[in-house]
Amino acid sequence: MSTHIPDVIDHLAGIQPGSSLDTLRDQRPQARENAQKSYLALFEPDFPGTVTALERHAVATFVAGLHRQPQVIDFYAAALRTLGSPEIALTIDAEIARGAVEGPYGRYPEGPLTAEDTTGPDYQVSADHRDQLGARLVAALQHAHLLVFHPRDANPAALQRLLDAGWSTTDIVTLSQLVAFLSFQIRVVAGLRALAGASARASAGADHMQIFTGVLASGAV
Amino acid sequence: MTETTLSHPGNREPVAFTQEELGWLPWLEPFPAEQLTERHWAGLVDASRAKSPYFLLLARDPDVLQARTKTDKDIFYNTRDGLPRAERELAATATSRSNGCIFCASVHSRFATQFSKRGADIQRLLDEGVDVDIDPRWNAVIAASVALTETPVAFGDAQIEALRTAGLDDLEIVDVINGAAFFNWANRLMLSLGEPAARSVSAG
Repeated sequence: MSTHIPDVIDHLAGIQPGSSLDTLRDQRPQARENAQKSYLALFEPDFPGTVTALERHAVATFVAGLHRQPQVIDFYAAALRTLGSPEIALTIDAEIARGAVEGPYGRYPEGPLTAEDTTGPDYQVSADHRDQLGARLVAALQHAHLLVFHPRDANPAALQRLLDAGWSTTDIVTLSQLVAFLSFQIRVVAGLRALAGASARASAGADHMQIFTGVLASGAV
Repeated sequence: MTETTLSHPGNREPVAFTQEELGWLPWLEPFPAEQLTERHWAGLVDASRAKSPYFLLLARDPDVLQARTKTDKDIFYNTRDGLPRAERELAATATSRSNGCIFCASVHSRFATQFSKRGADIQRLLDEGVDVDIDPRWNAVIAASVALTETPVAFGDAQIEALRTAGLDDLEIVDVINGAAFFNWANRLMLSLGEPAARSVSAG
């Protein structure tokens, strides 16, 4: 789908070759290379098993949407539409709007940490969309919401719901990796974008300072 | 293959954050060790990981596991310049504390203590939570990790300014971003595919 993009994190974070962030990322070359290999293993797998490309991109679009990270949403939603599912993309959009809250929340095992329990919604796909999405995708979106916002509420029953919807044990490992990887990728993109923005503003401030001192030195004021 | 979840009715889950060694019990059947192929071994990266139910479960998708593990190792173990090991482990611990991963926090708080020799400060992070007041530099690393852990991500100018004021350069800030981001990956797997156990119960 996107093999023409050599580094998806650079692409999503707007990092140009030769920029200072490009140089900084190169200081951790294995992490950089393997973040890309993780992306490829999840979205262009050599051995896809029984998790379809549509399922992978539909869940990714949903996860990106829940994180409200525009560049990442556009990237996965475009891939989803290219897979021939503009209708699914629209439905995912509607489900993002229904599922968007703030995390992390959740409960701890009963004990001293119970005082820190915070509750939030237990998201369910809208009844209107269940037939269109199918049992597998409905279960996957519900599980993805749990992992994104309240992973400490996870339990064997949540995995049983995936098994009951037709996800095999191996499929569940792939799905869990996909949601967890995106939680990483989106944070790297958001973090690097914030750092680039802060640096750009700092250097704009410094330039402004230089012009100002230059003006002072020229005696123009 | 059994397509059912596993349960551990005899396990008494730890109910507090700790630096003690914990075990981990899977909720899904790990890949059978005796059936590992070359591709699975490549996925495990270190052969010793074939003894871990966590890595054997993840070995069901070996290509992703391999890339995940190599990403992890470079973020935390590549000590060419950048953030000291202790503070990378601090970012991992703060992230795990924020998401509520008692198992991940136990492993990485031990590492943070080992590298910083500041076990009491690390214990305060575990006991009091991510709003703990330790010192400006550690507070900045913890606050940045917590902001990166929020959904939607809340990391921005305020956290970057605090990190810079505490003396971090841009490579060190990238290490904080990578470390906290990576534990948002790791915490979700650990929390959702199994449960922590007192070491004596899990036996590995």
